[in-house]
Amino acid sequence: MARSSKAVGCKTMSALVLKNIGHAFLGRTVLNSINLSVATSEIVALVGPSGCGKSTLIHIASGIIEQIQGSVEHGYNRHGMVFQDTRLLPWANARDNIAYPLRIAGIGKTERRKLAEKAAEQVSLEQIDLDKYPVELSGGMRQRVSIARALVMEPDFIYFDEPFTALDVALKRRMQDLLIASAQTSRFAGLFVTHDLMEATRIAHRIIVLDVYGNSIIGQRPIPGEPGTRSDIEVFTRVQEFLHDDPLFRHIHDVDERIVA
Amino acid sequence: MITATLDRFGRFGKFIWSGWAGLAGLSLLAALWQMGHDIYGDFILPAPLATFSTVISLLQDPEAIEISLKTAGRALKGFFLAALIGGTAGVIAGYSLATLRVVRPVLTVVLGVPPIAWVVLAMIWFGSTDGTIVTTVIVASMPIIFAGAAEGIATRDRGLDDMARAFGAGPIMRVWTIGLRHLSAHFFPALILAVGMAFKVAVMAELLTSTGGIGGALAHARSNLDMTVALAWILIAIIALIIVEYAMIHPVRAELERWREAAKPWGVKR
Ligand SMILES: Nc1ncnc2c1ncn2[C@@H]1O[C@H](COP(=O)(O)OP(=O)(O)O)[C@@H](O)[C@H]1O
Ligand SMILES: [Mg+2]
Repeated sequence: MARSSKAVGCKTMSALVLKNIGHAFLGRTVLNSINLSVATSEIVALVGPSGCGKSTLIHIASGIIEQIQGSVEHGYNRHGMVFQDTRLLPWANARDNIAYPLRIAGIGKTERRKLAEKAAEQVSLEQIDLDKYPVELSGGMRQRVSIARALVMEPDFIYFDEPFTALDVALKRRMQDLLIASAQTSRFAGLFVTHDLMEATRIAHRIIVLDVYGNSIIGQRPIPGEPGTRSDIEVFTRVQEFLHDDPLFRHIHDVDERIVA
Repeated sequence: MITATLDRFGRFGKFIWSGWAGLAGLSLLAALWQMGHDIYGDFILPAPLATFSTVISLLQDPEAIEISLKTAGRALKGFFLAALIGGTAGVIAGYSLATLRVVRPVLTVVLGVPPIAWVVLAMIWFGSTDGTIVTTVIVASMPIIFAGAAEGIATRDRGLDDMARAFGAGPIMRVWTIGLRHLSAHFFPALILAVGMAFKVAVMAELLTSTGGIGGALAHARSNLDMTVALAWILIAIIALIIVEYAMIHPVRAELERWREAAKPWGVKR
């Protein structure tokens, strides 16, 4: 897990600060002047239509790729990451997959096993599943393994890149509840990329919207109440309000229709 | 620990069981051979049983063992050097696609040159020595290994690389836990192909350069027009190859590719 350089003498309450980020692939600008910050223990949902640069932005924030412009400041100690396509090692069983960040960190075998099993327990994976390879697990199980892998180093920040998009509605809901619960017990902050306004409204403290062409953050909306305490009706009416009365989410709606089509 | 051992034992049993199917195929071949013998007679095609008994009597002679070991040693020396050089170069080329693009046509040319041409060249360079045999084996088997390694690295899942980077893995960690692991899927078939090539080329080069070994023994049998002994030596060469393949390559492969076994649907496993 990447250790980040804490700005010396800077006593900030922010877990993550992105300043004026710009990026281009092969000369084509993908992101431009992006500013955002995530507070300690805050879950921020990042929404925006497909292809607008959300993945690129969290790849930059997490250090997978280097931005062309701007700066990334990490106020957290270490991060974990959950991907949409799980990205589990096909040749390793669930236990070794969960322990992979520990292996990178150079932690010994017995300790790895112990910590991996603890993380597995947090996401309700059972012992017998830990010996299975990814191909032997269902989609939901695989995503549990990938969440356990993100949790195993006890990070204080987690990046989520559309982790539940491929799951069916019931499973998605269960995973969201799991995430809300572990965010509350482990007190990590997070940046959660999603297409789904309902999902964003359930799990996040704040929603920020990225421009269709990645040209800056066009706005944000705080969501009152703690995640996990919001009733279904509350969530539903808020999403309806966002979609029908709030110009900020106009393009999100367009994209949702295109995805269904 | 006990379950792991039992598991390994189970896989070994399965492996032995799968041997029966192979044995059935080989028996069919022996039957066809016997038919050929019945039609054409002893001089053209000696009976399989006569050949087998010649193999057994040959193998009781310490000199024959020495001859076989000589060929196996040359083939393996060439094969290991080819695996080392070709494997390393292949991994590097796989990570650097520009290199791969430059090397690919060279590879096509090298693979297109018949091994026999290499024997002639090596004979001119090294004379009738071990060096000729080993060089020919290296040149013949290295491109196969190189291509397998390069292909294996080039087709790795970049998503996994990004994942490892997100969790703070440096380049060496990523090569070790992802690149090389993915590589094995392409590398082992290439190794098996290359070890077979190494034995064939070694025997051929020995025969042409008269440097002893199984090739030398074959040349001798030919000049005596002794078909039974010639066939017996061919069988010995095949047996040596099979021993090497199943003693050295397959166990490593089985250990690395256990997850593939898990991926197979029910019914295909046995
Ligand atoms: N490695 C890359 N090389 C070139 N273009 C890329 C690369 N990764 C992403 N892009 C392009 O950048 C844009 C933003 O992609 P991405 O960040 O994946 O969008 P999102 O996650 O919001 O759907 C897309 O137009 C995509 O085609
Ligand atoms: Mg994306």
